[in-house]
Formats: sequence, C-alpha cells, structure tokens
Amino acid sequence: MRRNSAARRLTYLTLLAVGFFSAFPLYYSVVVASRHNSALAEVPPPLLPGGNFFANVARVFDTVPFALALMNSFLVAGSIALATMFLSTLAGFAFAKLRFRGKNALLLMTVGTMMVPAQLGIIPLYMLMVKIEWTGSMYALIVPALVNAFGVFFMTQYLSRALPTELLEAGRVDGCTTWGLFWHVVLPVARPAAAVLGMLTFMSAWNDYFWPLVVLTPENPTVQVALSTLASGYVNDYVLGLAGTAVGTLPLIIIFAVLGKQIIGGIMQGAVKG
Amino acid sequence: MPTRAPGRPAAPPSAPMRHRRRGVRSPLLHRLDVKGSPYAYIAPFFLLFCAFGLFPLAYTAWVSLHEWTLLSDTQTFIGVGNFSTLFQDEYFWNATFNTLSIGILSTVPQLMLAIWLAHLLNRPLRAQTFLRITLLLPNVTSVVAVVVIFSQLFGRDFGLINWVLSWFGAGSVDWAAGTATSHVAISVMIMWRWTGYNTLIYLAAMQAVPRELYEAATIDGANGFTQLRKITIPMIKPTIVFTVIVSTIGAMQILAEPLLFGATTGSGGMITGGPDRQFQTLALYIYEHGFTNFDFGYASAASWVMFVFVVLVAGINYLFTRRSAGGLR
Repeated sequence: MRRNSAARRLTYLTLLAVGFFSAFPLYYSVVVASRHNSALAEVPPPLLPGGNFFANVARVFDTVPFALALMNSFLVAGSIALATMFLSTLAGFAFAKLRFRGKNALLLMTVGTMMVPAQLGIIPLYMLMVKIEWTGSMYALIVPALVNAFGVFFMTQYLSRALPTELLEAGRVDGCTTWGLFWHVVLPVARPAAAVLGMLTFMSAWNDYFWPLVVLTPENPTVQVALSTLASGYVNDYVLGLAGTAVGTLPLIIIFAVLGKQIIGGIMQGAVKG
Repeated sequence: MPTRAPGRPAAPPSAPMRHRRRGVRSPLLHRLDVKGSPYAYIAPFFLLFCAFGLFPLAYTAWVSLHEWTLLSDTQTFIGVGNFSTLFQDEYFWNATFNTLSIGILSTVPQLMLAIWLAHLLNRPLRAQTFLRITLLLPNVTSVVAVVVIFSQLFGRDFGLINWVLSWFGAGSVDWAAGTATSHVAISVMIMWRWTGYNTLIYLAAMQAVPRELYEAATIDGANGFTQLRKITIPMIKPTIVFTVIVSTIGAMQILAEPLLFGATTGSGGMITGGPDRQFQTLALYIYEHGFTNFDFGYASAASWVMFVFVVLVAGINYLFTRRSAGGLR
C-alpha cells in the first residue's frame, strides 16, 4: 500500500489539472463578460471578475432579440424533450418486452440510423421546409426531432433490464390491454431513465446550432442563433459575445449542477452497450 | 400517474385489476391488440425517420443529378455534371484536406487522452462524482459558446494563450491566419468539448472488466501502464471501436467550429473558413454552396461525395482499430 501513495497523489494531481482545464475556459469567459472591452488589452490579462456583468448582459438584450431567443429555446428544447421521453419509452417498451415479427431487424435498423451522417440530407430537408412553409418557424426544429434513435435504444436497454416480465404477465392475466400495461406498469418503472433521457435531449436540443441557423431568421432566433449573430459582428466585441454566452449557457449549467450525477449515470449506461 | 402502479413484482397488481371489471374483450380485439400494438408503438420513430431522415437522404441523390437552384423554377437533368465540376474544383480538395487534418488532430489525441483519464479514474478515488461532473462540464457547453470562448483565448493580440506562450519567449501567434495553427486551434476546441464525454464512456466499459484480471497482473508484478496496455485496452476493444467510428463520423462533418471561428476572429471569411480557405471543411464547403449560393444541385453532389468519404474513412478506421488494438495475449 505504501508504494501506492505517491502514485495516488500523482493521480489526484493529474485529475485536478484536467478538472482545471475543463472548468477554466468557462470561468474566464465570465471574467471577460464582466469587464469592459478595454480591460482585454491589459497585460497581464484580468483573472478576476469585474463589476460590469449586468450592464453587458443588458447590452446583449439591446443588440439581439435575446428574450425571444430564450423563450424559443425553452419551447423547442422542452417540447422535444417531452416528446422524446414519451415516444422513446413507448418504442422501447415494444422492443424490450413485446413479441412481434421482424423485431430484431427493426431494432438493428434503429441502431443503424444513428450511424447516418445527419448533414447529408440537410439540403432536401431545407427544400421540404420551404415547400411546407415552415422556414422561420419553430415547427421546423421541433417536428423532425420529436423522437430519435438514441432515445429508443436507450429506453430499450433500460426497460429490458429494469422491467420485470412477470409484472407484465400478471397484468395480461388480469385482462390489461397493451396500452393499459404501458400506462400503468411501464411508465412508472421507466420514469427514472426517461428523466435522464429528457435532460440529455433538452441539453442537445438547446445546444443545436446548424439546423436552426439554416432554417431560422435572425429576427426569430433560438439562443444559439442569437449568440452566433452576436459573435459575428463586424467589430470584435468579445465582451458582448461572452456575456451572451454566459446567459445562454446558464440554464444548462443549472440543470447540470442539480442533476449532474444522474445525467452522468445515464451517459455511462446508455452508450456502452452499443 | 393517475393510478398507483406496483413498484415491484411481489406487490399485487392493483391497477390492471380494474380493467377486468370492464368486461371480457372479444378474442379478435385481443389478438389485434397483441399482434398490432407493437408496430403502432414503434411507428412514430419510423415515420419520422422516413419523412425527415430517409426521404431527404434519397432525395439528395436525385437533386445532385440536376442543375437545381432555389431561384429558378426549372431543374435540368445534367447527369454527373455536378460531380465532374466538383472533382475539378481545387477548393473542394482543399476542404477535403482540411477535414482530414482537423479530424486527425482532434480525434487521435482526444481518444488516447480519454483512455488514459478513464484508466486514472477507474480506481477507488475520493470525489469521483465531482471529478466526473467537472469532466463533463465542457460537453454541456454549446458549440457556439465554445468557439466564442476559445476565439477569445486564441486571440492574436490579447488572447490568454498567447500571453502564456510569451512566458516561454514565443512571439504572438496569429492562430486563425495559418493553416496549421488554425487547425490546431479548432482541434483544441473539439477536444475540450468531447474528451470528458469519451472518458466517461471508456470508464463505464472499464468498470465491467473483471477485477481478478488486475489482481492477477499485480501479483505478477505488472505496473499500471502494462495493465492498461495488456488488460484494459484489449478488454474494452468493442467500446474503442464504437467511439472511433462515432468520432470519425462526427469529425468528417465538422462545421460549426470553423464557421464560427471565421466569424469571431473577424478574419473576413465566415463561409469560406478564413480568407485563404485555410480552415474550410467539407461540411462548410457544402454550406457555402447550398445556403449562400443556394446551388442545391451542386451542394447535394458534394454531400454525396462527403457521405462516401465518411463511409470510407469509418471503414478504414474500423478495420484498423479492430486489428491494432490487439487481443488478450
């Protein structure tokens, strides 16, 4: 054991350094966001937050429609998360516990769709949105994302492990319909995993950038689109960009601070079995 | 939930009981329910995938064979015309080179670092949860935020990174201007965002490796690094193959980082990936033609070629990882 203690200290030191590099850019962005642009030219650069944060945030709201962007992002990410939780649990239940012809092939196809590069179809998808006049509207973001292969796979994995088959059989004997089983037996069991899936989905929908950039307008943006408008001005206003970034990232940091442990558990359970 | 459902098998299933009182259903309906409802439950996913995944994919192929723009109402069939123009465009090959270069720079060190970090975390340590949360923090940050933050850090005149480098006597580097330096800067952004995530995936795989293997190795006098090389890596090979494939597919489609890096460094070329196209990736090339020139036919052709590249590179990496990660010897 004694031989190990030096190595152990080295391990902690390494991991602390990695933790520092993970967290520092976020911290430093808040430092910059709370100062004047002039402070950036100082040598050495400022390493502590200044007192200008709220004034800078106010400038963000003056420059781009950021309140609207926050509302849109909550609407989009919230509806996608709820729909994904529900529809993935439904499909996961079928794949994990119900018997039907072609099940294995269909499950394999579902997993296979995860490997398809999403950007390949983006041009026809855009053309489709032009045709049904959804460009500029949140429908274009929400409807294609209502359920995804990862969610279905994730819930299939969880339910085949956590849902006792005897429970379903007992329900059948009592004359429960399949929908009754789903509603009364599956949903309560699925709740913890569905919550994790909901959080993961919310975060990735909140952070989605490319498709919203393509299909939305700067007048009716999501947070990420508004941030990129802020950041791509002709004059480099780093303070403004970083103040917006801080506000736009805050909701996720809060979710993550509260539910980080569960989210990490979800990632570790969901990704490996593939 | 409207009714209390049993939490464990031992409890009497009280909720379904109520259904029985509603009367006996006809056997036909019952058969329909049992045979049909599974398909109904998986239908939403497959319908959405067909409408917004499969259809656009197939349609891309059709569009790529046409002279097809947003502004003109008529589309002319030109066969492989778009493809031959594409292969003669040096900007296309430039984008291909940039994609491969950034892809290698961002994924190879990232996955190696992730394996090593997971190896360090895969032992009884204090503050495990805290360490894991910190590791995943970058992954919660959006691409836009990451690029905005790092563009400031990589700033030529007042960036923190150049300031730190100046301690070692380095002159100020204009990160966005050069090919190599811009690729490094973009790769650092990608690495920062994804290393922690892959670490957690490796860690999950490592925790499934039987402890006895390590105990036996320790008795035989194998040190930590040997154990990592001879036990851990062969045992988690399926996971390594999986992450290599996923990272390859991701790396071949890099778009947001170069797009925003060009925008935030104010070097003029937002769509072109810098004024000299020094960091324009394939996806950005497609974006340039599809969504600023609205030349859908040409951009679709480029999409298909990119798809072939993705499959090729992913296939090569698959074979390479499967062979070289080695077996238990």
